[in-house]
Amino acid sequence: MLELKLSLKNLLGAKLRTFLNVFVLSISFVIIILLNSLMDGWDAQAKRDSIAWEYGNGHLLHKNYDPLDPFSILDGHGSIPKEVNNLTPILVHQATIYPQGRIMSISMKGGFPKNTFIKVPLKKVLNTNYKYPAVIGKRMAESTKLSIGDEVLIRWRDKNGTYDADRITIVDVFDSDVPTVDTGQLWLDLNTLWQMTGLKNEASFFIANTSYKPSVLQDWKFKSQESLLKIITDLVNQKKYQQGIIYFLLMSIALLAIFDTQVLSIFRRQKEIGTLIALGMTRFRVIKLFTLEGSLYSFFSLLLGGVYGFPLFYFLSLNGFPVPPADQKIGIAIGDFIYPVYGFNLVFGTILTVLISATIVSFLPAKKISKLNPVLALKGKLQ
Amino acid sequence: MFKNSLLSLLLIFFSFFSNCQNSSSVKALEIIKKVDNNMFADTQIMDSKMIVYGKRKSRTIRSKGYSKGAYKNYTEYLSPEREKGTKMLKLDNRLWIYSPSTDRIIQLSGHLLRQSVMGSDLSYEDMMEEQKLSEIYYCNILGEESIQNRNCWKLELVAKKEDVSYHKRILYIDQSWFVPLKSELYAKSGELLKRTTFNEIKKIQNRWYPTKINFKDVLKSGKGTDFIVLEVLFNPPIRNDFFLKSILKK
Repeated sequence: MLELKLSLKNLLGAKLRTFLNVFVLSISFVIIILLNSLMDGWDAQAKRDSIAWEYGNGHLLHKNYDPLDPFSILDGHGSIPKEVNNLTPILVHQATIYPQGRIMSISMKGGFPKNTFIKVPLKKVLNTNYKYPAVIGKRMAESTKLSIGDEVLIRWRDKNGTYDADRITIVDVFDSDVPTVDTGQLWLDLNTLWQMTGLKNEASFFIANTSYKPSVLQDWKFKSQESLLKIITDLVNQKKYQQGIIYFLLMSIALLAIFDTQVLSIFRRQKEIGTLIALGMTRFRVIKLFTLEGSLYSFFSLLLGGVYGFPLFYFLSLNGFPVPPADQKIGIAIGDFIYPVYGFNLVFGTILTVLISATIVSFLPAKKISKLNPVLALKGKLQ
Repeated sequence: MFKNSLLSLLLIFFSFFSNCQNSSSVKALEIIKKVDNNMFADTQIMDSKMIVYGKRKSRTIRSKGYSKGAYKNYTEYLSPEREKGTKMLKLDNRLWIYSPSTDRIIQLSGHLLRQSVMGSDLSYEDMMEEQKLSEIYYCNILGEESIQNRNCWKLELVAKKEDVSYHKRILYIDQSWFVPLKSELYAKSGELLKRTTFNEIKKIQNRWYPTKINFKDVLKSGKGTDFIVLEVLFNPPIRNDFFLKSILKK
């Protein structure tokens, strides 16, 4: 208790020096929590949106179809097996779109409007008088400069490779944070796509709902929701590793300041150390006193970080962190705003890291006290 | 009695109509075969330039092509500097491109074949289709029209098989040269997709041949692409190694 009182008194007496150390450490603490919470927020948001818009409860893919390989679209489809339950088919077919006389390669995706298991608003193609009603995403609408009600010419090849062309009408533009259901894609009723391509009763993949029980089907392979989401997990982890360098640098700067202060204190306060030992304090208690002083920096930094960090965290949790439009075009699920997630592990993990590392860097210079000669220290002779 | 005479009359009418149709088709087929004879050769070496009209400026690309039959073709680009040394080899339905800047050969397939060749109105797929028209289309004469002040037959070509890229073509064939002066390519829906106009017809090695061709993707804006034949040799001997993949890195 005496050590704690003395430590507090010493730290408060040092005023500006203490404040600077505490402030630097608090910045590291706040930034580490902020960046990690943003990463966790992005991870959670991307997974939630990807499940809702694209993955459902998993995909049953044709053996030749690879969603990441456009070369596989041509042959990556097959007849819908009879024994499919809790699955909805999606057919992917390549086409060329001519918006305002420009030429662009796209994919046409067909699904059952009433039963897609995902949020793409395909129901909008029902009950229209258009020959080929289609829905597109906001990114596709932006790149093609199309809006609801616009007609645009598309050209495609049927199952035999013969060119066909006609006008499609945009009946809805949906707003999704998942670019892989949006960029360069056109969504149609599956029956319409079958009729256009001649690929009747064929699908490239199926989306499973929550009741689907995976079973072995010839020519089809099942990819669970977890394996589909692994891309996002890996990406977020990769980003976290990259940010680890920033954390390391920030923590190093803060801890170096504490270490430096401790070394200077022990050098300048040798007379005080000698007096304490002469008054009956054991060397271990003196080391404890100095280590406690260093640890208290981290405690104060948590308090100071809390003073300006909590309002900031609260504000971001309500309003989100804006994502520049350029970052949203990189092909991964990312919204206009990232809402940070402050998990228990993150906050307490960071607090513990800061406390432990500050204690260690305080203890290292304090070890020297055990080797001090108390008589010489009392005389004020430098050792 | 009256019923029988009416039936006979109808039979006579249909058989006359069908004969007319058949004779028209036979004549059309003869015309198309003569066109094929003019336009195709067993082997061919062509020095040409392609003018690609962009929104602001045009680009001229010069190349030399060697072909053998309908399924073997090798092209080397000679200018501009950016494209110089680029080589393209087509064997059957496979296409490889060699780029000197990367020193790599890539095989084009799938959607890449639908990309335009060096920004032109021609896709790689278009370049790969060199089958004789008489082999893949049913032909029919629709009438006669004047194109470029010359008398032409207007022929309708409808695909014999289902795997032909363009379901229907309308060709305007010069009646004395047996060379197309205009060609229109249609989708199955009847939508016009591409238009080709043939100009500056010259007599080369006893055959009439167009030396300036304009390809226009009508769905796309712009002036299209001009293909100008600078020199062409029909049926010259060409070494087999021109049609091996090893030629690309030579």
